[in-house]
Amino acid sequence: MSGETDYSEKVMDHFHNPRNVGKLEDPDGVGTVGNPVCGDVMKLYIKVNDGRIADARFQTFGCGAAIATSSMVTELARGKTLDEAIAISNKEVAAALDGLPPAKMHCSMLGEEALKKAIEDYRKKRGSGEAEG
Amino acid sequence: MKKIYLDHNATTPLRREVLAAMEEIYQNVTGNPSSVHFFGREARRRLEAGRKQVAETIGARPEEIVFTGGGTEADNLAVQGVAYASRSKGDHIITSAIEHPAVLAACRFLEKEGFSVTYLPVSREGLVSPSQLEEAIRPETILISVMTANNETGVIQPVAEIGEIARSRKVPFHTDAIQGLGKIPLSVEEMGVDLMSLSGHKVYGPQGVGALYIRKGIRVRPLTYGGHHERSKRPGTENLAGIVGFGEASRLARENLESEADRLRMLRDRLCSEISDRIPRVKMNGAPGLRLPNTLNLSFEYVEGEGILLGLEEKGVAAATGSACTSGELAPSHVLSAMEVEAALAQGSVRFSLGRENTLEDILYTVDVLVPVVKRLREMSPFYDPDNDTQGD
Ligand SMILES: Cc1ncc(COP(=O)(O)O)c(C=O)c1O
Ligand SMILES: [Zn+2]
Repeated sequence: MSGETDYSEKVMDHFHNPRNVGKLEDPDGVGTVGNPVCGDVMKLYIKVNDGRIADARFQTFGCGAAIATSSMVTELARGKTLDEAIAISNKEVAAALDGLPPAKMHCSMLGEEALKKAIEDYRKKRGSGEAEG
Repeated sequence: MKKIYLDHNATTPLRREVLAAMEEIYQNVTGNPSSVHFFGREARRRLEAGRKQVAETIGARPEEIVFTGGGTEADNLAVQGVAYASRSKGDHIITSAIEHPAVLAACRFLEKEGFSVTYLPVSREGLVSPSQLEEAIRPETILISVMTANNETGVIQPVAEIGEIARSRKVPFHTDAIQGLGKIPLSVEEMGVDLMSLSGHKVYGPQGVGALYIRKGIRVRPLTYGGHHERSKRPGTENLAGIVGFGEASRLARENLESEADRLRMLRDRLCSEISDRIPRVKMNGAPGLRLPNTLNLSFEYVEGEGILLGLEEKGVAAATGSACTSGELAPSHVLSAMEVEAALAQGSVRFSLGRENTLEDILYTVDVLVPVVKRLREMSPFYDPDNDTQGD
């Protein structure tokens, strides 16, 4: 039951004031990752416009690192092209948060994976004919 | 900012009287208790006074107390010590799935050494079943180890019943009573135990000092070898100030045990009722009527425990959680898992453990800051559906 609270100020800022929280109505892509047995669950929604991520929102069940990561990954994704966004790694997200404690690096995988899944979801939907702006 | 400590099952603040007793040793007693000169004899006298205070607290004789470097060491000395000393008689150990890691990891180590271990399951309420325990006893069973009260849920185990079974089947019985000390009355006779682990820092004493009660006639192999200290069960020059502090802390814990237990129970129950009145979808973990008076373990649906802790911490309140992400492991608390608490609920568990310096004001403040923290985290959660809030359980 020992607490891992040596988070950076940036992590705490994104935990206490997360950006882009919530659902997107009519999302173009959704990615859900994680499971409560292992800790964190993240659901990431994207809106795509002209091949760029116009909006990204999240809902997260998880620890401080998971929430801060979710917030940061949506910030990083917004405005990027799909190819740029799909290349965002958990290390980049962690670096943008001024680092995470080593025991919490696995939580930052969530952000990367959720974003990739949301983009794949979008591409799959488009591939199956639902033309999308 | 106001700071409220609600994590007394992790450790407790040193009592002023305990600090004074320890300071007195550091300032005035310079001898080694093993030396025969005046200085040594004075140190020995203080050491034995500390031993007597600890022994009296659990109804034992002073010569049955072995001081150790803490609770973890006491647990290991009990479990490993009895196992190795009895190897010629058998190789089977019975313990429970909810023990502290100090017992569980010692048992897992012994399994690698060729012993076989039965980890008894617990009910959803967190209780070991004495009849299941009895069924698990084999001719080659050499030790039963079941804790007095669980550190995460506060659930008090049917130790006296287990003690009776152990005695009638002639199997040595160890109990980790570390969380019970100072919170509920302990008596080695009434509980029927042969070995009992205690720790100083859970009763407003110093960290790094503990004790193992070993009933006369029970054989224990030491973990380390050296001089004849502590009847050779725990060689090494004694931590005199620590032991004196531990002695004083146990004496003080005995003094107002019942009135303080009543006071804490009232505060704890108030904390629980205020939270359930103001926050929907909260579940309590552990048998309601069979818990330590100071412990409250709650699961907040739809949210994870660490988020709650961080939110509370920002407002100056310190508590604990059984969530996996906080322990650095990938599974939630082994205690809640053994109670078959659903994974998501185990991840959303928070332990509040109250103590001497807590007041009603602290409790009400805690609830006031907790309500918005949970609300905010729920609004962020993919599992949350506000429509559920109005439905009862
Ligand atoms: C039930 C129980 N057993 C053992 C221990 C370990 O005691 P210590 O911290 O003194 O090593 C603790 C406390 O951490 C405990 O709560
Ligand atoms: Zn996490």
